[in-house]
Amino acid sequence: METLTLLIDGFAIAFEPLNLVLVIVGCALGLFIGAMPGLGSVNGVAILLPMTFLVPPTGAVIFLAAIYYGAMYGGAISSIMLGIPGASTAVATTFDGRPLALKGLADKALVAAATASFVGGTISVILFTLFAPPLAEVALTFGAPEIFALMLMAFATFVGLGGDDIPKTLFSICIGLVFGAVGLDIISGEPRLIFGGLPGFFHGINFLVLAIGIYGIAEMLWTIEVSQGEVMISQASVSFKRILANLRELKLTLKTMVMGSFLGYFVGILPAAGATPGALMAYGLAKTISKDRESFGKGNVDGVVAPEAANNAASTGAMLPMLTLGIPGSPTTAILLGGMVIWGLEPGPLLFVEHKEFVWGLIASLYAANLFSLLINIAFIPAFIWVLRLPFTILAPIIFILCIVGGFVPTMDMHDVWLMLIFGVVGYLMRKLNYPMAPAVLAIVLGPLAEPALRQSLLISGGSFSIFFTRPFASVISVLALILLLLPVAKLLYEKYLK
Amino acid sequence: MKKVSTGVLSLGLVLSLCFGFSLFTFNSAIAWEPKKPVEFIVMAGKGGGADKAVRFIQSIIAKNKMSSKPYTPINKPGGSGAEALVYVKNAKDPDHTIMFTLNSFYTTPLRQPGLGVDISKFTPVGRMAEDTFLLWVNKDSGIKNVDEFVKAAKAAGNKWIMAGTGKNSEDNILTDFLNKAYGLNMKYVPYKGGGRVAKELAGNNANSTVNNPSEQLGFYQAGKTVPLGAFTPKRLPLFKDAPTFKELGKDFVYFMQRTVVGAPGMSAGAKSYYQGLFKKIFDSSAWQGYMKKKSLQGGFLTGDALMSYWMREKAVQKAILQKMGALK
Repeated sequence: METLTLLIDGFAIAFEPLNLVLVIVGCALGLFIGAMPGLGSVNGVAILLPMTFLVPPTGAVIFLAAIYYGAMYGGAISSIMLGIPGASTAVATTFDGRPLALKGLADKALVAAATASFVGGTISVILFTLFAPPLAEVALTFGAPEIFALMLMAFATFVGLGGDDIPKTLFSICIGLVFGAVGLDIISGEPRLIFGGLPGFFHGINFLVLAIGIYGIAEMLWTIEVSQGEVMISQASVSFKRILANLRELKLTLKTMVMGSFLGYFVGILPAAGATPGALMAYGLAKTISKDRESFGKGNVDGVVAPEAANNAASTGAMLPMLTLGIPGSPTTAILLGGMVIWGLEPGPLLFVEHKEFVWGLIASLYAANLFSLLINIAFIPAFIWVLRLPFTILAPIIFILCIVGGFVPTMDMHDVWLMLIFGVVGYLMRKLNYPMAPAVLAIVLGPLAEPALRQSLLISGGSFSIFFTRPFASVISVLALILLLLPVAKLLYEKYLK
Repeated sequence: MKKVSTGVLSLGLVLSLCFGFSLFTFNSAIAWEPKKPVEFIVMAGKGGGADKAVRFIQSIIAKNKMSSKPYTPINKPGGSGAEALVYVKNAKDPDHTIMFTLNSFYTTPLRQPGLGVDISKFTPVGRMAEDTFLLWVNKDSGIKNVDEFVKAAKAAGNKWIMAGTGKNSEDNILTDFLNKAYGLNMKYVPYKGGGRVAKELAGNNANSTVNNPSEQLGFYQAGKTVPLGAFTPKRLPLFKDAPTFKELGKDFVYFMQRTVVGAPGMSAGAKSYYQGLFKKIFDSSAWQGYMKKKSLQGGFLTGDALMSYWMREKAVQKAILQKMGALK
């Protein structure tokens, strides 16, 4: 009950005129930043951090949280409309959102993404309100073995992701893992796979460079080949009636939304994970439990809804370790944490006690940001659809320029732009040869998280794999992961011998 | 008529150009000022201790309007700072490129001579602080002092987990020292970043750490972790109960520098501008308060004094790395 009173007080703070204006401006800015490829919530929050010195701390964090939330909504827009992930968190949205748009159902995908984001945000704020302190304790006990078990589960759900060609899926995962291993190895402290010491490889391969290359550039090359120089116009129309009809149809995906929200929230809480792995895992799980697995990757609404619900839920989840432990659950919360220090607040277990108005004002404004992002997003859908009606001869150069900007911005290094173009050509060839590309993206995101967790666990246990089966949380997750991993094999054997 | 007016016009133009030019040279003779945004390179990732300090400095500059041009933090964490060092070494505009450094400023060029980085070529701007290290355990362990720690760690042998921030990092150096000084066999497990290390200790996934105060402060105030000893010459005001290792008879003092470095080839005007600016920042009440809160030590060093501090520290780090076997 006490938390409820605190939350109501929080709402009073969030709806103060200045804070309300900050929320709305923040959401709109975030939506734009998220929709620009390469510019994600991390950049948005980092760039706008100095502007917050002008307002009181609570207003400042509300502003940044609104940008954070708006960017989560906005990321889906360019994923669906242009096939370029607008932000790292929206990579999984590309998998099914883009095919939907190509079928002329862009409005359906956009409405689904916005609604799922809203559901994910709402569920996670409720979870946050009710269970923040005990969940913080659980997150604290999560060590390297638990994190590795979770990553194993993510990989397991993705083996079935590339359709039925399991060898090609495994190949794609391995390519992603190798790219993910480039850069500094924290366990040995040595740089590896840096191609003779090219400075651009010291920071590793940013996975956005890979994702924009194989989705943005390769997709464009593919479209050029398919259209054979014909000017093609995407079939896209929109009306208020259609938006309403789309909303009604979304009832069918409610189960996936809820699943994605819970999964995303939980993954978001874990230190160092964040919204991107959360969204990818939700996509994999949605496909695994779906009755209609065939249509995933070809334009299944469940495939849009799951990652979008998860990435919004995860962004709320990532606030929890930041506020209670002083440890960021995602790169963006790391910047927010820096901001809190500047504003004179000490994040940590005592923040909930000593700065109640700050914490609950933030939570309430997360909720307000969620609502306003939904409204702004839905209101702008006709404008986004209009962009799709542009002839491809005009759209293609725009996409190309956005891809280059998106490749450059995360590291400010031309090296990454060249790399992205190479990935674009390779991705195009892979697509021609029918290799699935989503598993490579998954691997380059999760590989750098899974590998140190595995090696830290084995260091702790002295090389014994039993560590994954003797700790309570780790053992449950490991067993689940193994079952998921062996499921396709069992199915294959069943069909071959018992039928 | 036309001719006259062009004549007047060109005369006016020449005059105004002369005047403008003389004004300009006059100005630049007084003081150099940045002419475009200044790139503030961070040798570590977003959200770490160095990154937080840089963003705090950025806020001091912006709030007090100390500069007409903005300072843009750019993180280049790759290869233990190798990426940042190479970038600043080859800076296209050395007058607008400065860097915030850690001890990897010494150790990375020592360990990777192939980078061709000579730190004596960099421009000494200002040492903002020295960060300190303490030995920490989880409160649940019941350990209250270094003696009990040694007893418990000895009994556990190589099952005792010391979490740290990377192989051959500052944490690794301190762990090696403890192992040698007390005859222990602790196992060193590297994690990414000091915040993560602090969390592993608070969550009981490690037995001990050698965190900076700022990394453990939250858990310490919540009563989850305890400092046992300090690697400083004198006890730290924030942790009066933790004796120094010097008091305990092991003469070992270790700091992490937090220094602003200018690109090699920076002009004399720019150099004295940045030196003056960071002295002003160091003296500001905001920075002094930050130092107190984060238990940061050390005074402001600049110019030749800073350069000889670098050379001294580099020699110390080299000796330590050689002893560890990380350097041939």
